Amino acid sequence: MDAIFVFEQLLNGLGYGLMLFLIAAGLTLVFGIMDTMNLAHGSLYMAGAYVAARVHEASGAFVLAVAVAVGVTVAIAAVVEFVVIRRLYRRDHLVQVLATFGIILIADDAVKAIWGVAPLLASTPAALAGPVDLFQGLPYPSYRLLLIGAGLAVALGLYLLVNKTRVGMLVRAGASNRQMAEHMGVRVGGVFAFVFALGAALAALAGALMAPISAVQIGMGEAILIPALVVIVIGGIGSVRGAFVAALLVGMVDTAGRAFLPPALRAVLPPSVAADLGPALAGIAMYVLMAAVLTLKPAGLFPARG
Amino acid sequence: MLQMKKLSVALALCGVAALNVHAADIKVGIALDLSGPFSALGAEARDGFELAIEKLGGKLGGQPAEFIRNDFGGNPEQANQLVARFLQRDGIHFFTGPIGSNAALAVGPALFAAKVPYLSANPGPSAYAGEKCNPYFFAQYQNDTYDEAAGKVANEKGYRNVVLIAPNYPAGKDHLNGFKRLYKGGVKDEIYTKLGQIDYAAEIAQIRAAKPDAVFFFLPGAMGINFVKQFVGGGLKDIPLIAPGFSADEDVIQAVGEPMLGVLNTAHWTHDLQNPANTEFVAAFRQKYAGRYPSVYAAMAYDTLMAMDAAVRDVGGKIEDREAVLKALKNPSFKSLRGEFQYGANNFPVQNYYLREVGKDAEGRITNKLVGTTLEKHQDAYVGACKM
Repeated sequence: MDAIFVFEQLLNGLGYGLMLFLIAAGLTLVFGIMDTMNLAHGSLYMAGAYVAARVHEASGAFVLAVAVAVGVTVAIAAVVEFVVIRRLYRRDHLVQVLATFGIILIADDAVKAIWGVAPLLASTPAALAGPVDLFQGLPYPSYRLLLIGAGLAVALGLYLLVNKTRVGMLVRAGASNRQMAEHMGVRVGGVFAFVFALGAALAALAGALMAPISAVQIGMGEAILIPALVVIVIGGIGSVRGAFVAALLVGMVDTAGRAFLPPALRAVLPPSVAADLGPALAGIAMYVLMAAVLTLKPAGLFPARG
Repeated sequence: MLQMKKLSVALALCGVAALNVHAADIKVGIALDLSGPFSALGAEARDGFELAIEKLGGKLGGQPAEFIRNDFGGNPEQANQLVARFLQRDGIHFFTGPIGSNAALAVGPALFAAKVPYLSANPGPSAYAGEKCNPYFFAQYQNDTYDEAAGKVANEKGYRNVVLIAPNYPAGKDHLNGFKRLYKGGVKDEIYTKLGQIDYAAEIAQIRAAKPDAVFFFLPGAMGINFVKQFVGGGLKDIPLIAPGFSADEDVIQAVGEPMLGVLNTAHWTHDLQNPANTEFVAAFRQKYAGRYPSVYAAMAYDTLMAMDAAVRDVGGKIEDREAVLKALKNPSFKSLRGEFQYGANNFPVQNYYLREVGKDAEGRITNKLVGTTLEKHQDAYVGACKM
């Protein structure tokens, strides 16, 4: 195990973490600010991936595909918000979970009706298909570097939006104390619609960017939702900064668990025990992290509500 | 006059009733995976069944037949309920359908107790090949035989150091053990991943560091799609990939595209296998389904109904004589798409296994191409444990 291998795994952890951040950021905004549990966030991710894959396939232009995917998904989200979500803001979480779970089922069947059950072809843009040599002895997938760049750019953009703009101030006000913000004259309805659209745009962006390196198929949204929920719980619900830190933590812990744990166990345990234990421990590493964080800080690392 | 009218109405009703009874002579229960974890494969199987029903004109062995098709969502519990309904309400004579081994294992006991032949269109779990073998179960192949063939391919290609990768669940271990059964070289590393894993960067870095001659992967569905895309994107396309046919069939190929080119995989059937029945089937399938090539799932669904058709014909339509039906099924008289085969003592086929390589056809479409025969008249490893 040399330095290059360790460096490569750190880079992998960073990449996976940033990808989780794209999804978790939208989820934490919606949950933290609107106090609404939106399980259908994964369906928006799926919509982004499907639309991007189809547009990319038809036009050959990847940037256009991502832009169309974000636009279409935001439009879908606006309709969903108007028809369903808006009625849920003041209901309890169980009702929200039931209703948005219903949306997942409808979304999965809608995708099945439009595109069929078979997973869709989503190719990597030709210019980024191969690896680049970061330095001697480490070819790294150029598309993953793009993902890392995009993740960092979104993180920076969100930081500026939330901390430096007027809209961001309203969002923060709504997140820390909604009632007080309402009394101070913030039009909460408008802020909510904006936040929901922003969350949808982030989910669609994540879906569109993930499509070339993952399977575009029904259920992809549910698969990604679980680590995303772990991230927002660790980070503190409603905090974008928390989601960022937690996503990187989860990405690193998960990758390190898979990369270093099995060989480490093999060095100290008999092979048959290590073979069973290694993958099992690596699989639960992120949940152990969550349990540890919640024991020490029950509201997460950066709770939005003081 | 009135009497006459009544009589004729009664007669007409009798006629209708008789017709109904007759029209529902032979019943086939087909449990489909149209939703749930295997829905993409379930859709393939459905297309194969429908083509067969069309070809047979809705009959079996010349007798009117009813094909009852229901979705069970890939859920073994729902499969059980559906089979109970098939047995009690519909009184089926044959059963087929499920894609997953878990569903196949769940529905078996009820069908065997009711003496209804279960012709598996896809899975061949090791339990049914060995200790729990049953005269009412007929398989298309045993699950591990694809991996055994892949192990032989690795020997023939001269690979000495291979990395194996599979999800961390019982079937994943079974498939890797199947590979090791005939493979003679060394195993550099055995990687077990989380079920449903999305990101494979950590494993790919491990493979890069291990510098193997080849990588054998069993990663069904989305996991395989993710893995192959990321493997090739990571610049490892010079390391050959070997897989059992399940991880490199049409569903995966069409979703991965170019990165699939060159993947070696093994199966007991391929769409360019040369025999008249297969040529006719592939042409009919491509005509009906917009030029798409059939997968193993579609081909075996089609084959299954052809086997039932032949058995009904061989017993002269006397479907209630179960012993005769079993005998006819065991000695199939139809032309299978895979060519010649026989059933072994455990009702699992003794047949050839082929090496396929993903390439491009004349029209530039990416698909599997037949390379050659890897195992001839091969029998599964479990037959010795079957006492039947």
